[in-house]
Amino acid sequence: MIRFDAVSKNYPNGTTAVDDLSLELAEGGITVLVGPSGCGKTTTLRMINRMVEPTTGTVSLRGRDIREVNAPELRRGIGYVIQHAGLFPHRTVLDNIATVPLLLGWSRKKARARAAELLELVGLPAEMAKRYPNQLSGGQQQRVGVARALGADPPVLLMDEPFSAVDPIVRAELQAEFIRLQKELHKTIVFVTHDIDEAIKLGNNIAVFRTGGRLAQFDTPERLLTSPADEFVADFVGHDRGIRRLSFVKAAEVPLREGPVLSATSPVAEARAVKEPWVLVVDDARRPLGWAPVAELPDSGTLVDVQLAPLGHTFSLVGDSARAALDSALLSPARLAVGVDADGAVVGAADVHEITGSPGGGDR
Amino acid sequence: MNDFLNQIQLVGDWLTSSSQWHGDEGIPRRLLEHLTYSGLSLLFAALIGLTFGLLVGHTGRGAFAVASVANLARAIPTFGLVVLVVTLAGLSSTPVLIALVALAVPPILINTFEGVRGVDPATRDAARGVGMTGWEVLTRVEVPMALPLILLGLRVAAIQVVATATVAAYPGLGGLGRFIVDGLSRNDYELVIGGSTVVVVLALVVQAVFTALRRVVVSPGLRAAATKS
Repeated sequence: MIRFDAVSKNYPNGTTAVDDLSLELAEGGITVLVGPSGCGKTTTLRMINRMVEPTTGTVSLRGRDIREVNAPELRRGIGYVIQHAGLFPHRTVLDNIATVPLLLGWSRKKARARAAELLELVGLPAEMAKRYPNQLSGGQQQRVGVARALGADPPVLLMDEPFSAVDPIVRAELQAEFIRLQKELHKTIVFVTHDIDEAIKLGNNIAVFRTGGRLAQFDTPERLLTSPADEFVADFVGHDRGIRRLSFVKAAEVPLREGPVLSATSPVAEARAVKEPWVLVVDDARRPLGWAPVAELPDSGTLVDVQLAPLGHTFSLVGDSARAALDSALLSPARLAVGVDADGAVVGAADVHEITGSPGGGDR
Repeated sequence: MNDFLNQIQLVGDWLTSSSQWHGDEGIPRRLLEHLTYSGLSLLFAALIGLTFGLLVGHTGRGAFAVASVANLARAIPTFGLVVLVVTLAGLSSTPVLIALVALAVPPILINTFEGVRGVDPATRDAARGVGMTGWEVLTRVEVPMALPLILLGLRVAAIQVVATATVAAYPGLGGLGRFIVDGLSRNDYELVIGGSTVVVVLALVVQAVFTALRRVVVSPGLRAAATKS
């Protein structure tokens, strides 16, 4: 889809922004370019829409050298989102979004209708259409920026640190929204960030750059975490990569044991017979209610009357990762993660060792 | 104090006397001359100032030259220039126009240039990035965003030109300056003050026109007081 062939970018002052890059980006996925500042990731991105021209080498899009297409025309076919959204302050939100359709010569009416659709797609209410960018929050501006990039429904989207100028809560929101959008749109997206967490969260493939514009590793997030190519990548990926790679292990792969599980109608004596410090109490449908502290149980009666310690949280065997299971174990008073099925019924439990010892989660 | 009130009375009489509003020597005729000189000079100055201001602001080349030319032009005394050009070119409206244009170009040029250059680089980058050609970036982004400053430059120039066009009377070319020049030579202060009053009113009208224009042509998105809601 997008191909770099021995591409370098040198500036007259002697700096090398990108050094002999060869890379092929697949169609329909999110490729994240990540690395410390000055590693050439933004330059690489900007070479795709000719905002920067390579010194040597060729960049091709769908098999065609991009220098064959005149730059403005090329750019109209590629969505472009930048850090502070870069909206046009003198235009309303709707007209900002309609920019590219209007440049392509659509009628004003058709362009605005398309813009209204996109406004809804990025999760903004219709009454925002008439506002100006300086009346929007940073997060809202960024959504408008994404909508503008989608204006003419381009197959390729370039995003240059689009979420780095907003606060962490809004960023998480935008990221979630972005993942949802991509599921719907299946664009080929090239995404630049300096934040490795963001890269791992969003990328189908990640290209790690090192200072001096050299590609250090190009791999899936999982491979990046489990087998970093060298010291630099291992370091950049971070010291908690052991925990992070659990994100790529499905919770269903965590070995579960039956665990100390009792119905709320069971007599107290039965809980004592389990010989465990904590007993998980469940309802008729085996949905977890909480943990009963065995040492503090009354002499008689059933578990219904017992004051239960809160559950922490459970993990779902259908959607969650082993990382959620680990978190569940750490937060539970019994240090046991509780796995539930799609109906919320308890399937079993696992402790920290069992979770981290699961396939792919253990030491390499 | 009585003298002062008396003066106002006399000027009032002068402004309202019917002879002032008719004939070749009346206010309408002089006003028309004045507006013709001012309007023509402003038009030429705008052509020069806007063209170069936009060009240099957009390309970023020649910024130093713009600043130098504008400063140099500002240092030229208008009256001296009129006398010089009259001496060289003879008695016609050309010298007056040249002097007024020279006066009006710098504020238009500088403000246009600053307005365009002051556009946020990220916005310009986005404009190119979505596929605008250089011309489209200029006309669809840079000019609308620079409009507040461009209008400021035009307004400053217009007011200066309107006030200074009185020099046209010295080489005998008419305009509202006629009243002031004649009044001074005849020690007829009602005439001087009356003529000046008309010039001041005209400058205020120009100011009001530009304020109204600003409200119409500048995008609400560029007004600083835009509120979050």
